[in-house]
Amino acid sequence: MIVADKKPIDEIIGQIKDYKNILILGCNECVTVCEAGGKKEVGVLASTLRMHAAKEGNDIKIDEKTLERQCDPEYVEEIRDSVDQYDCIVSLACGVGVQFTAETYHGTPVYPGVNTCFMGATEKRGLWVERCQGCGQCILATTGGICPVARCAKRLFNGPCGGSTTGKCEISKETDCAWQLIVDRMKSLNTMDEFEKLSPIKDWSTDRAGGPRKVVREDVQQ
Amino acid sequence: MKIKTPSKLEKILAAGHLAVTSECGPPRGSDPEAIVEKAQLIKDHVDAINITDNQTSMTRMCSLAACIRLKMLGLEPVLQMVTRDRNRIALQSDILGAASFDINNILCLSGDHQSFGDCAKGQNVHDIDSMQLIQTVRQMRDEGKFLGGDEIKRPPQMFVGAAANPFADPYEVRVPRLAKKIAAGVEFIQTQCIYNMGKFEQWMHEAHDRGLTEKAYIMAGLTPMKSVGMARYMKNRVPGMDVPDEVVKRLADTPKEKQAAEGIKMCVEQIQRLKEVKGLAGFHVMAIEWEEKVPGIVEEAGLYPRPQVD
Amino acid sequence: MRLTYPSNIRIIRVPCTGKVDVLHIMRAFEKGADGVCAIGCLEGDCHFNSGNLRARKRIEQVQEILQNIGLEPERAHMYNLSSAEGPLFAKYATEFTEKIKELGPNPVRVKNKQQAA
Repeated sequence: MIVADKKPIDEIIGQIKDYKNILILGCNECVTVCEAGGKKEVGVLASTLRMHAAKEGNDIKIDEKTLERQCDPEYVEEIRDSVDQYDCIVSLACGVGVQFTAETYHGTPVYPGVNTCFMGATEKRGLWVERCQGCGQCILATTGGICPVARCAKRLFNGPCGGSTTGKCEISKETDCAWQLIVDRMKSLNTMDEFEKLSPIKDWSTDRAGGPRKVVREDVQQ
Repeated sequence: MKIKTPSKLEKILAAGHLAVTSECGPPRGSDPEAIVEKAQLIKDHVDAINITDNQTSMTRMCSLAACIRLKMLGLEPVLQMVTRDRNRIALQSDILGAASFDINNILCLSGDHQSFGDCAKGQNVHDIDSMQLIQTVRQMRDEGKFLGGDEIKRPPQMFVGAAANPFADPYEVRVPRLAKKIAAGVEFIQTQCIYNMGKFEQWMHEAHDRGLTEKAYIMAGLTPMKSVGMARYMKNRVPGMDVPDEVVKRLADTPKEKQAAEGIKMCVEQIQRLKEVKGLAGFHVMAIEWEEKVPGIVEEAGLYPRPQVD
Repeated sequence: MRLTYPSNIRIIRVPCTGKVDVLHIMRAFEKGADGVCAIGCLEGDCHFNSGNLRARKRIEQVQEILQNIGLEPERAHMYNLSSAEGPLFAKYATEFTEKIKELGPNPVRVKNKQQAA
């Protein structure tokens, strides 16, 4: 899923200070699972902003709504009839949802209510970790199913650097060395002879480096 | 091994001499004298001088410019180049720039992570890794071709080196990784600073057994300790550094004012011991901000005068 | 056991303090409560293992939110006691009421009233 984290409340207050009618718009997908932008977080944020406004003597109206997804047109369309009531929208979806909502409603300012962080997984509740950077050409087959692009701080393709210490990365004792994980996994899969194969220079044109990307599937288009 | 470049370092190694290199860190400013002065201190006692490339990710004068300064003095620089800060365009371009000044040695590195330096909020590049940089230089030199396939007019003539750290984890890939660098085309290796002699000898033994010392020149990296404080810092704070307790203890048991001399003595003893290691091709003495001590170490260790080659 | 405790406290019974969510507490403040305390079982004695520990974390989250918007974090509080400790309940209720009185009314409620008037 796409993992997001809450934005500091000060920052959101700063963004919306000139507006009276505000819609807090959540998303029922990834940001719900990572507890940053689902229905509950919409409620807490709305409540917080109302209390802040009341305390400051500002007269504002805040509505709450959570869409099934903000990254699909049919769901974003659901607020079409009511959107004109609002001076702005604070979207708690990931950066994709914020943009999709903004593109759909040109006349309404849309502010991000979360910081979109990465593609990751839930290691345990309250601990989300990065696993993929969407480079567009998956190499997991050659690295024991562990990605050095996403998990090595230097995205090395040919083994651990000299900073790997007792399984941890040189950047932090809390960060696993991706290549230690790869080596451990290759050992348990009995594929260590693969380790000495040189990894070819990567084609980054399918990565962010190649400009905004698209997946076009004519076979499923209507 | 056959000589492939005009590099003086390569000639010395190929002649079977124990080579001696050292390194200078460029200044955090634009004064050329800073690098010239350091080089003057050591030039008669070493065969080549590495110029570090923004080591520990602290922004400094670029390695290439400092190498050119050395070249202008008639010295033999080793251009260190990290993949952290440059994409493949910049790397190839800088290699050509260096080659235009007939800089004949390059050390291919990935570089310390930028979070250690003064631009912790910056991006890193890592378009290719150190292994692939070795391949890149070899392709440019031997095939006379850019990565993109086009022909290079007057290809670079560089003796290609890389680092190796026998002390990092996981240990079991440390010799295979050396083999991989050699397969990528590396011709000389300068190791991480050695303090754990037993572990280094073990690594060298394994490398020798695999025939790797016949395929690349391996130079032992040494950094004399200035004080027990430095030893403790290296032990506890520097990633991938293996400083055994007895090294710390020996310095701790030495009165403070004599610790620097003891550190030098320990370094000389290490060189004497390592001379016996099969397959070892030389020494890389990295006296960090202590260049003036290099001549004494080289002399004490019986590595002076340096051989002359043409 | 006839114990007295302040009459201005409104008790909301829940099966476990683990049922109390950040949102419930926020809504209470938003509607004008001057203080909210969760009273759970003793730590280590939760019938559902960790309900009271979760409640404590949620109270802490609310305290942080209150602080961030310039309200006194002490308006939210967590107490723990066993069901056999009636007198302690009364003591905590009195203590919390006194503390909230010192802080004064919830400024949100004051504003809401002014606006209504």
